[in-house]
Amino acid sequence: MTSLVEFSAVSKSYGGIPALTDVSLTIEAGAVHAILGENGAGKSTLMKLLAGVITPNGGTIKVDGIERQFATPRDATALGIVCMFQELSLMPHLTVRDNLLLGDGGPMLRLIGGAAVKAVRASLDSVGGSHIGLSALVSELPLADRQLVEIAKAIHRRPRLLILDEATAALTAERVETVFAVIRKLRDEGCAILFISHRMYEIDAVADRVSVFRNGRHVETFAAGTRNRDEMIGLMVGQPLTELFPPRVAAPAKGVVPLLSGRGLSWERGLDGVNFDVRPGEIIGLGGLDGQGQQYLMHAVFGVLKGVQGTLTLDGKPLGGVTPRRAKAPGVDIALVPEDRKTEGLILDMSIGQNLSLAALSRKPYGLTNAAGPADAAIARLTERLEIKLKSLDDPVKTLSGGNQQKVVLAKWLALSPRCLLLMDPTRGIDVRTKAQIYRLLQELAGEGLAIILQSTDYEELIHLCHRIYVFYRGRVVREMSGDEVTPDALIAAALNAHSNTAST
Amino acid sequence: MSAPSSSTADSGRKASWGVDRSVVILLIASIVVLAGAALESPGVLSVNYLLQQLQIASIVGILATGAMLVILLGQIDLSVPLTITGTAILATSLAGSGNPTLAFIAIPAGLAGGLLIGAVNGLGVAIFRIPAMVWTLAVNAMLLGITVFYTSGAKPAGAPPPLMVFLARERTLGIPNAFLLWLVVGALVLFMLRRTVFGNYIYALGQSPRALFLAGAPVERIIVGVFALAGLLSSLGGLLLVGYANQAYQGMGDSYLMPVIAAVVLGGTSIFGGSGNYSGTFMGAIFITLLASVLSLMQVPDALRQMVFGAIILAMLLIDRARRAP
Amino acid sequence: MTETGSSRSGRFKVPRVVISAVLLAILFALYISIQPRGFSTYVLTIWSNQGLLLALAAIAQFFVVLVRGIDLSVGPMIALTNVVASYLISGSPAQVALGVVLVMVVGIGCGLLNGLAVVVGRIPPIVATLALGSLYSGVALLLRPTPGGAIDETLSDALTYDVYGVPTALIALAIVLILVAIPLRRSRFGMSLYAIGSSRDASVMTGIRVPQMTLAAYSLGGFFAALAGLYVSMLTLTGDPNIGPSYTLNSIAAVVIGGVALSGGVGSPLGAALGAFILKTISALMFFSNLPPLAQPFFEGAILAIAIVLGSLGMLRVRSRLERFL
Repeated sequence: MTSLVEFSAVSKSYGGIPALTDVSLTIEAGAVHAILGENGAGKSTLMKLLAGVITPNGGTIKVDGIERQFATPRDATALGIVCMFQELSLMPHLTVRDNLLLGDGGPMLRLIGGAAVKAVRASLDSVGGSHIGLSALVSELPLADRQLVEIAKAIHRRPRLLILDEATAALTAERVETVFAVIRKLRDEGCAILFISHRMYEIDAVADRVSVFRNGRHVETFAAGTRNRDEMIGLMVGQPLTELFPPRVAAPAKGVVPLLSGRGLSWERGLDGVNFDVRPGEIIGLGGLDGQGQQYLMHAVFGVLKGVQGTLTLDGKPLGGVTPRRAKAPGVDIALVPEDRKTEGLILDMSIGQNLSLAALSRKPYGLTNAAGPADAAIARLTERLEIKLKSLDDPVKTLSGGNQQKVVLAKWLALSPRCLLLMDPTRGIDVRTKAQIYRLLQELAGEGLAIILQSTDYEELIHLCHRIYVFYRGRVVREMSGDEVTPDALIAAALNAHSNTAST
Repeated sequence: MSAPSSSTADSGRKASWGVDRSVVILLIASIVVLAGAALESPGVLSVNYLLQQLQIASIVGILATGAMLVILLGQIDLSVPLTITGTAILATSLAGSGNPTLAFIAIPAGLAGGLLIGAVNGLGVAIFRIPAMVWTLAVNAMLLGITVFYTSGAKPAGAPPPLMVFLARERTLGIPNAFLLWLVVGALVLFMLRRTVFGNYIYALGQSPRALFLAGAPVERIIVGVFALAGLLSSLGGLLLVGYANQAYQGMGDSYLMPVIAAVVLGGTSIFGGSGNYSGTFMGAIFITLLASVLSLMQVPDALRQMVFGAIILAMLLIDRARRAP
Repeated sequence: MTETGSSRSGRFKVPRVVISAVLLAILFALYISIQPRGFSTYVLTIWSNQGLLLALAAIAQFFVVLVRGIDLSVGPMIALTNVVASYLISGSPAQVALGVVLVMVVGIGCGLLNGLAVVVGRIPPIVATLALGSLYSGVALLLRPTPGGAIDETLSDALTYDVYGVPTALIALAIVLILVAIPLRRSRFGMSLYAIGSSRDASVMTGIRVPQMTLAAYSLGGFFAALAGLYVSMLTLTGDPNIGPSYTLNSIAAVVIGGVALSGGVGSPLGAALGAFILKTISALMFFSNLPPLAQPFFEGAILAIAIVLGSLGMLRVRSRLERFL
């Protein structure tokens, strides 16, 4: 095997915050190289460097033994490096055909002939996408098909190094197998594949070598199969799982009336008759493959979606016409920590203080910012309780680390003393220490009687934090698990086997 | 805990001596323009000439205040010209109707008209999500149609409301009343931007409407409110113009769009929304007025003056970008 | 097997272009029925000439909107190229030909300048084209303060009459649409323009040269604005610096009616042209209806506004409120 790409002492930081530190790594042709790490471990930074989206602050990258600097994705593709970013590489208003054609790097002005279209069809068929029409608009495809198109588009380029970022997150077991067959075939033809995933069983199935990343550093590289799962998780997290997760608070008694319930919640683009209950003091989890409706349920409860059918009940009374404004109003008291901290949770250019008080502004007396509102004291208390590390409240919130930023989002909402807290992937891209803090906080809050709904892409999180878990598939809850039923294998099986379950019924 | 100060959205723009940087630059630029003009005609340094410029700057400044609020949202209001003309024609025809009741409501009616036009602008933007530039341009076209129909294409009849003449032309203790009015309007807007929840919402909306919406703020109402307020200020500026020129006429607002936007942009308000200080707009209005006046002293044709304003806007935005991207 | 078919089928939707075409046919029939002369080559030719003019402006707007921009300088560019044409398009056939080329160069130059301000200067398209537009109309006014000049009549006659009863304008439009549509739909260049409008990030990831393609789109906008300016000259035989303003808004309205999404990536030149003819037919209808002539500007403005609102109704159908705040 020959080394195709060589990283030596590569570093990258954003505004002083390191994302990748002193990374040396060799990627070999003809092998599937898995990159393993938690969210925020530096996996995506590594990929973006290879794809030419960003440039390193230090260190060198060699391709075929020659030092290279690529400033744009064009430079990277010219070297045969093709990246399949989740949700990022397709043009939604274009047809499948046009998306694949535009990626092939053919001449700009010549008219496209039948041979080019045939090649597109062949690439799509090879990844198991023969059911997808070439003239379909990408925006109208289901998520799983879109992912197949993304893989086909990457392969259509005939890469020497193919980078797959969570490429199979929304695919069911049998489709994953098809894609893996393609990956193995490419490998046998001499292509290098960088496979980024946090699903252990996928790495077991396809990887030849595994590199573990943690906190922006390359921890270790080893041949696949030489470590068991627990050892790999230990490397990823940096400490045994038992220390990361605090003991669960006791679940509320069976007789406790739910604070918030949903019955038959449907939404035309992704919810199909979802029922749920959450009691005070209970943490429920929403799991399943990516994008199966978990996020939509959160948005439906917080009033972000329009045209949701079904009923929401709060304190036993129907709750209708929800908007975020009504959801946070006194008496309803629902809070949402949104998925994307940087664009939805915070206003990055505004100060820490302004971000902390943003949700509580509406409760200021007389609409004056100087007037002391009831939430101000709570904000001060929460800043201490959450140990938010800041120099001055007047600094822009973007100067904080990811973990502290997320604490600001949490404090902003907790200041309103909500009764129900909706959390969308709250620990994405956060260091382990802060993660542990947030986990402890959630248990404390549940102990204080808060009803918590946690949506997460991290199975361990769901398993160790939640009292009950709803597993989603295609907008439906296909399984509800609690107590001893909840194990990693059972959860994965529920998420994947959902497909065959629904097919057989 | 005291409320955090609200000036941080633009903290990067403060020079080390604590004064907004664009204010200083504009002050220097104004002095340079005046000094240059004084070489040609020394009369420009007379107190009377300067006070007269302040009078006109006050009108531009009130118009620019409205434009600034909309630009802070990251939007733009292209209906300013016909908001000025339309409400001016409405007020003069009521004031000159000979009916004392109608004459009495001339000013309130004109201002209410501006408020209404602004609300229509805001509703299109907030509810139908039409890009502001397209929708306000369409509103402008409709208003043009209404004024043409109303005046039958002729010079509109009517008289200026006496109060507007007093405000626009008279002086109190040697200070133009228009300037005093501008100070009051400016102080109110400054208070609103700095000290009220609504003002904080305006900055936040300009920065990230998505995050503000998810923080449970009434985003639609804020947009409609700001556009309505801007319409009100445009009509106030229009009424002052009526008082100043002693009449309303078709096309009277046309030459104000570019200088008003130029004043706001020169004052350091980001065209992307979410950052900007009122002091900048204040100096921007003064500088633009001086520049326009000096250009007309030098008998530069109107076409060329519009070009100058366009070029200034472009130059400012290019400098701004060069400064932001290191 | 449950997934099979889900992506290929879906409800059958009538293409937007077909809806526009049917609407145009109905409006045209209505127009012929109230037009006192009835259907004749003359009536058809006048209608086509007016329609072609706006269609060219709309295609100019289309290219910029396609890459998620907006061009508020379409009107000024038409005015400027019209004025330039009034100086250059006369004399010997060779001189006329050279003149046409120079007019096109002016248009492409203006479009390129717009593109540079947006791409290199990173100024938002609205402000960049607004400010540059004021420069273009300023230059037009300086070149020709009042309407005048001469245009080669042979060329004008050739382009504004008919060939065996078919208006030359319609033939020209057909040729233009075919020449534009084929590369737009069937070359990687054309597809890249759609790609940029659909998703800039994905286009970058795909390896499309986004800056260069965006510049090309703005330049094409300038090219078609120049064609429109040229055609104005053919119709009016003079150069008029003041014809610009109505074309900016009308071109935006035309693309919206024609199904071009202001958010980019969706639509076709045929749609834009159909939108232009629909608008022109409506104003022709009004001309021959019993509306008082002075009320027409208002109704034209109102129809534009209604068209823009209808074009934006899709926003009301958006099911996730979050999508409004991208």
